[in-house]
Amino acid sequence: MTAFSRLSCVMIQPLLTRVVRRIAARHPSLFARLGPHQATDFLIDPIELPFALHLRPDPDALVFRAVPRDAAPEPGALIRGKFMLLLELMDAEEDGDAAFFSRDLEISGDTEAVVRLRNALDDVDGSIADETAAMFGAPGRAILARLRRNYPTQETGAFAP
Amino acid sequence: MSLAELICPAGTPAALRTAVDAGADAVYCGFQDATNARNFPGLNFTPDELADAVVYAHAKGTKVLLALNTYPPAGKVDLWRQAADTGARLGVDAFIVADMGVADYIAQTHPQVRLHLSVQAAASSPEAIRYYCERFGVKRVVLPRILTIPEIKQVRKDIPCEIETFIFGNHGLMVEGRCSLTNYLTGQSTNMDGVCSPASDVEYKRDADGTMSSQLAGFTIDCFGPDEKAGYPTICKGRYTAPHRPDAYYAFEEPVSLNLSRLLPELIDAGVHAFKIEGRQRSKSYVRGVVTAFRHAVDDIRAGRPADMANLVALTEGQKQTQGAFETKKWR
Ligand code: SF4
Repeated sequence: MTAFSRLSCVMIQPLLTRVVRRIAARHPSLFARLGPHQATDFLIDPIELPFALHLRPDPDALVFRAVPRDAAPEPGALIRGKFMLLLELMDAEEDGDAAFFSRDLEISGDTEAVVRLRNALDDVDGSIADETAAMFGAPGRAILARLRRNYPTQETGAFAP
Repeated sequence: MSLAELICPAGTPAALRTAVDAGADAVYCGFQDATNARNFPGLNFTPDELADAVVYAHAKGTKVLLALNTYPPAGKVDLWRQAADTGARLGVDAFIVADMGVADYIAQTHPQVRLHLSVQAAASSPEAIRYYCERFGVKRVVLPRILTIPEIKQVRKDIPCEIETFIFGNHGLMVEGRCSLTNYLTGQSTNMDGVCSPASDVEYKRDADGTMSSQLAGFTIDCFGPDEKAGYPTICKGRYTAPHRPDAYYAFEEPVSLNLSRLLPELIDAGVHAFKIEGRQRSKSYVRGVVTAFRHAVDDIRAGRPADMANLVALTEGQKQTQGAFETKKWR
């Protein structure tokens, strides 16, 4: 575990906790769609960031934390891709099937868990990324705009069958 | 000229609102159980969600069609009957059915609600279609994807109901409603449990060299090189080896996508009443893109303007597409 990775995790954690609590409060129907996979450990791995994200979407004991890759728990399901692609997928601005078929997204482990998570997120109206950015006011929105500019998602053929 | 209604998929309430806002004339959806042929995890509607969806759609002049298009196993019809009762109570505009028992129950119990015959019923001859019309009062048939346009035109003349055809999306061509491939590998039935290649039986395996194989219930359905586009492990679209074919080949179907955008004027001319877009399992982003593009195209054609087909062709970006049997019986 590098010191940089550890430090990044510590710095980002309060933000993640705030973000996930807010999303859970605003979109409670998300959990129903996850069904039995509320208890699944998802590892979301944005390849350019110095850490991965561990999500256990249990409404009674929500876990969303940054973890150094070498200290990550054995995941029930793994979703790996570029950070902006993962962000756009969360917002349903990208078609998950198309991203996966084009191999920009890597999935392993419990496929049903991933399908449930994706359907649950797809049922959220509006942009979770924009909502998150708005929590931090003008600076938050500026950071998101900059991220979108600097890391445009590749065109992934959004309509593969 | 026929009305050329646009019938759009909705796997979630958000996708339904997206389809309605993008200009769908009708949306089709299902409950979170085996009563419909897209019984996928995390997809579909609870009765409360459907109630809200009907209100939303009707406020914008869009119809809601409820898919009850699977076959109840013997002695287990209650789930289908309850779903029909709930749908009727919530004010859906039509039921899409395949099973005769389900059709009969609705015809007798909810005669005020329209019945559409699902593609899953595989009714392609005038005789078969007329039987459903006469016996159960079916108002519309969704034709199996096996007829050419001249054949559709002829069928239209010989039946007393409206015709709906698929125009875009996944292209599975087994005798519809009869495919047992998933059943054979997983024990679950596409036609009774409502799921083809259930996600719980799907696994993706990646090798160190970047090769990825897709598996269903432990059987390898396909294997993709590091830079090759992948696909969902749909059995009919897998690549297999055989003693006479040592190199893997598409034994049933190639993974092509149906796109009839170029044939829309001819289909309207043949008397097709409604165009169906496949994809309740797809994302909002897919629904938004496809419905918007076809809305413009159909409006242009109806107004006598040339439609921007380039837009529609681009929808399958890089993906192989076909006009299937609609253009020729020799598509493969
Ligand atoms: S295996 Fe193919 S033909 Fe059979 S149900 Fe699935 S998609 Fe349809």
